[in-house]
Amino acid sequence: MRVLYGRVIQPGRASGLALVTAEPISFLGQVDPETGRVVDPHHPLAGCDVTGRVLVFPTGKGSTVGSYVLYQLAKNRHAPAAIVNARCEAIVATGAIISGIPTIDGVDTSQFVSGQKVSIEEGGRIVIDA
Amino acid sequence: MRLAAQLVTSLGRIYGASGLVPVASVQVAGVSYRNLGAAGLEFLRDWANKGARARVPAMLNPAGMDLTAWRAHGIPEEFGRQQLEVIDAFRRLGVMPTCTCTPYLIGYVPRYGEHLAWSESSAVVFANSVLGARTNREGGPSALAAAILGKTARYGLHLDEARRATLVVDVECPLRSPADFGALGYLVGRMAGDGVPFLRLRKGPEELRAQADLLGSPYVPHLKAMGAAMAASGAVGLFHIGGVTPEARELGDDLIALGAVYVRIDDLSLAYRELGMGGGAVDIVSIGCPHASLAELTQAATILERQRVTRPLWITTSRAVLDEARRQGVLALLERSGATVMADTCLVVAPMRHFGFRTVATDSAKLATYAAGHCGLAARYGPLEVCLEAAVSGVMRGV
Repeated sequence: MRVLYGRVIQPGRASGLALVTAEPISFLGQVDPETGRVVDPHHPLAGCDVTGRVLVFPTGKGSTVGSYVLYQLAKNRHAPAAIVNARCEAIVATGAIISGIPTIDGVDTSQFVSGQKVSIEEGGRIVIDA
Repeated sequence: MRLAAQLVTSLGRIYGASGLVPVASVQVAGVSYRNLGAAGLEFLRDWANKGARARVPAMLNPAGMDLTAWRAHGIPEEFGRQQLEVIDAFRRLGVMPTCTCTPYLIGYVPRYGEHLAWSESSAVVFANSVLGARTNREGGPSALAAAILGKTARYGLHLDEARRATLVVDVECPLRSPADFGALGYLVGRMAGDGVPFLRLRKGPEELRAQADLLGSPYVPHLKAMGAAMAASGAVGLFHIGGVTPEARELGDDLIALGAVYVRIDDLSLAYRELGMGGGAVDIVSIGCPHASLAELTQAATILERQRVTRPLWITTSRAVLDEARRQGVLALLERSGATVMADTCLVVAPMRHFGFRTVATDSAKLATYAAGHCGLAARYGPLEVCLEAAVSGVMRGV
């Protein structure tokens, strides 16, 4: 078990299996708001489903409409359980806050591997079950 | 409302803001149903249903269509209905459906030093640079949250430090038209990124320095086009022009940050080339990005007198300017030439792929920058009169 601490963007507790990428994500265009699948064939997570996962990626990018895609994912019950970023920018932060998705940043995202069980706790505490 | 406050303060924390600052007005982008989609509409309805209301004057950016004449313009029925739902949700949130990227041309003129939360990139750069107001480029939801709270996070362009120039550009070529200013803005935006450029216009226009009131001057189209281009090719939210813009008049070279980069621009041909200078056939001609002023509509009407367009000529403007153009008879002149004057919308946010046009002629460096990615259109770029000539002949002459 390993414990990391980051900065709380959206508070909350959550746990799930990590889905990890070293590539930034643009929610508009790369993630289908109806299904939670990563639909951009050029993204390393292409074909993966973000639903209920602890989504770990360095930072967001792309259109500000991406915030609304996170909102729609949450409405459709396909949102990630939590988000962990190296640096959370305004698009992901806005989306996470209006959708109530627990989000932490300021974390070395290379510490994570897809499939690990990850828990997000109060105060920016992240627990990785090895 | 709790969520609005949480959004504003959290974004402030991310950017290292020193608390909140009351704002005089808010301008909300993300209005077109094309960009919002079902998710955005649902979000707006949810907030409206929860009783969220703007507590400072708040207005909207352009929508995906003219809110009254959309059927005549061939907007698909389903899109039109959803777009009207979006406007209705904003109305319930207390946001005025001004639907313009140029609120400063319809009476919402920020005062020097006033703090705002505006989100349309070209309006942000005009308000900061030409009027000396203070706003960051807000996202759609954060601007809405600022309207509900009456405050925004105090960071970035709200602070003196971030308003200092990071790039000094000596412009050694003459600037003859708004299109030249647009081309210059395109080049400067790419060099400045999200920094602040300080322009020294070595070859004029000399009269620009003599304008005490820039917003009342004949240079509104030039400054509007240049700022919009910088905000499209880069992420510029503020520029200064030595001896011209209000902060540059007040502070002069003190505005230049320590460590600023110095460059010079000798000619604009690279910009014209990249924006699509080559002549050739066009399917549609677009004027009014950002929204045309009354003076621009009048100029277009004068150029088109006794001529008839053979290609769709779409001129986009604000509802207030359209109404004034109607009152003054300018609208009738334009319509006699075959032009379509649209309010509330622009090509960047309209569902352009639906119409099947391939090539657009435009006098907007902003639209030329976005045409391929946002609208699926190849662009030909040139001054107003060359674009209008193309609307008549169907062929754009090389400039």
